Amino acid sequence: MARRVAIVGTGQTDHCSHRPDVDGREMIHEAVIRALDDCELTIRDIDAIVIGNMDHFESINYVDTWSVEGSGGVMKPIMKITTGGTTGTSVAIAAYYHVASGLFDRVLAIGWEKNSESDTTAAIITCSDPIWDRFSYSGAIPSLATEAVGYMNRSGATQEDAARVAVRDRTHALNNPHAHLRKPITVQDVMDSPMLAYPIKLLDVCPRTDGACAVVFAAEGTAEKIAPKPAWIKSCAVRHSITWFGDFDFNAGLMSLQRAAKEAFDRAGIKNPVEDLDVAELYLPYSYAGLKWIEDLGFCGPGEAPEFVGEGNTDMGGKIPINPSGGVISTNCIGATALIRVAEAAIQVMGKGGKRQVPDVVNALATGFGGCFWSDVVVMSTQRPY
Amino acid sequence: MEKIAIVGVAQTTYERRKKDKTYHDLVYEVTVAALQDSGLTLADIDNVITVSNDFLDGRTISSMAVGEAAGAHNKNISTVEGDGTFGAFYGAMRVLGGFRSTLVVAHSKGSEGSSRFITNAMFDPIYQRPLGLDSLSSSALQANAYMAKFGIAEEDFAKVSVKNHGNAKNNPYAQLPMNITVDDVMRSKKIADPLKLLDCSPISDGAAAVIIGNEEIVEKSKTRPAWIKGIGHCSEEYFLGDRDLADPRALRNAAERAYAMAGISSPLEQINVAEVYDAFSYMEPLWLEGLGICKPGHGHKMIEQGITTMDGSLPVNPSGGVLSAHPILVAGLARIIEATLQLRGEAGARQVDGAGTALAHGINGPCGQSHCVWILGAEV
Repeated sequence: MARRVAIVGTGQTDHCSHRPDVDGREMIHEAVIRALDDCELTIRDIDAIVIGNMDHFESINYVDTWSVEGSGGVMKPIMKITTGGTTGTSVAIAAYYHVASGLFDRVLAIGWEKNSESDTTAAIITCSDPIWDRFSYSGAIPSLATEAVGYMNRSGATQEDAARVAVRDRTHALNNPHAHLRKPITVQDVMDSPMLAYPIKLLDVCPRTDGACAVVFAAEGTAEKIAPKPAWIKSCAVRHSITWFGDFDFNAGLMSLQRAAKEAFDRAGIKNPVEDLDVAELYLPYSYAGLKWIEDLGFCGPGEAPEFVGEGNTDMGGKIPINPSGGVISTNCIGATALIRVAEAAIQVMGKGGKRQVPDVVNALATGFGGCFWSDVVVMSTQRPY
Repeated sequence: MEKIAIVGVAQTTYERRKKDKTYHDLVYEVTVAALQDSGLTLADIDNVITVSNDFLDGRTISSMAVGEAAGAHNKNISTVEGDGTFGAFYGAMRVLGGFRSTLVVAHSKGSEGSSRFITNAMFDPIYQRPLGLDSLSSSALQANAYMAKFGIAEEDFAKVSVKNHGNAKNNPYAQLPMNITVDDVMRSKKIADPLKLLDCSPISDGAAAVIIGNEEIVEKSKTRPAWIKGIGHCSEEYFLGDRDLADPRALRNAAERAYAMAGISSPLEQINVAEVYDAFSYMEPLWLEGLGICKPGHGHKMIEQGITTMDGSLPVNPSGGVLSAHPILVAGLARIIEATLQLRGEAGARQVDGAGTALAHGINGPCGQSHCVWILGAEV
């Protein structure tokens, strides 16, 4: 029987475009120390470590063994999990299973990326099949641009509707001291920003960020002693179903998110997500995802997202605030990005959000996105699962 | 710990170059074969762990290439980047954590990359990479440190190569079954002092898969289960200069964890067969010391004493070990598979009679910085 597991502490660096003052290990160390401080533990209390990033961004092979002086992994069990953009949620879910298995009581999950040391697009290009996909869907933007056009054609959504999502996330980021881009923008600013690949403009997409995030997971029995209000993991589900970009149906919903969310919601007892969830930290790498994918999550019906977002339902104070942290459009240290979603959702459950806190959060949702239109979903709560 | 077991295994033959197959194809081959071995269908597999490395595959998000080949469509999945023993460790935790079954699959094609550049990238980019450190040169440093500390001769290591390549003759999957002598090893081409060609494992292509299940899945499988009795992993310091390379203390720690779970207090007496990660000949005796199978400095005496040979009390690497086939990442999973076959009594000509408890071992990072130890048992 799996043990119940909760998040008891989180730590993040103050994310920015370039951290020339620290190397990767030192940056990881910053996040680890903050996470341990948050739950008043020391590295001696940690039984095992899970770490993840994307190898080719910093060009470090075997990051698990390279990082030990920063992660605290000397003479501890450590393993590396890497699944592209979903790395952060994959790391969190791996830490969950470390504890749920009964083998470890307190486990540290770490995601990090130093994008300033990389040529992000040059690295991402190589995820595609070298023969069939690499010349049509190289890098992150082309496939997303295709998806956006498909959604606009189907729903009648406009570029301005998408810009509203970017404005929301960037506005929320003003409340988050860790966020990378903390400067308010308007719909007009988005519309006036340079076109990257129609209909995606510069302010529709995430930045490249240097940053690290660390999250402490603990078992039932231990968690309550560490944190007054632990964030219990209610369920997690993952779909990494597609290998080829050509297999993705750009004229349909995000299948991986629909299926992962259904599994996770069913197990967590979430029947009506807008009613049952109090806050959502979603991996929205570009603005159009903030329309299309919330339909896949069941926040609103197909084609209704422009109106749902436009009416302010996803703003702070709305029915289901999305990305109080400012989201991925404000901060994107890739290997850490999805773990930050988990950390921020846990912060909301634990009531530690400060200026970005949503009042009275019981259930929170975190998602990850990456690879070939893959999705990870984690539901957490102030209430114990089962 | 709940009762969980390995219920299905499969490996490709290991070859210098598998020109006719992509790693997508290799993963598909072993996925199908592992299901056939277990008698299960894809519907019985709850979730999948793939094992891959972006440097080896020359692809970022290397897991993207193999998910569907591993049957992971519409299933929960994750990816461990590291040796297959670590991937299987996560697979086991997912069964203990609520899934009924995990398929773990690893692949690598050493033929499609440059081992020198790939393993050079393990080292610190500012201070160490320009020195040209890679797995060969760093392992040569470790071999020298080990020889100097205990007064071991190169010939002592050569005996390991002779034994393991000889054992490989009984393993149809091995890449380098060979009749060689200590003299052959000593006269083979010097690669990095004191390592000579026949002290080194080859470059290999291959894939392997295991299926781990809970008791419900064990019931449903047609194979004799190899019960997971103990697992442990641990890493030590990163910089080579911070480590005593002749003292594998992370391995000692990992072994202690696995032994404590499995109730092993005297490994030499209680373990019947061991498959350890001998990427170089010197590693087998060094790891035997770390595993507590002999005292520090005594590892090289184990062959002469007739303990680790096929007719000894604890045969080590009956498969021929990593020296006889070294598909990186896959090699650790192959150790688990070999241990499983021994416990089932299905190891053919390399079978150790009456093997009831088996050890499998894998490493990550330079000079075995991180280790993973598995104890498997034929009985619950």
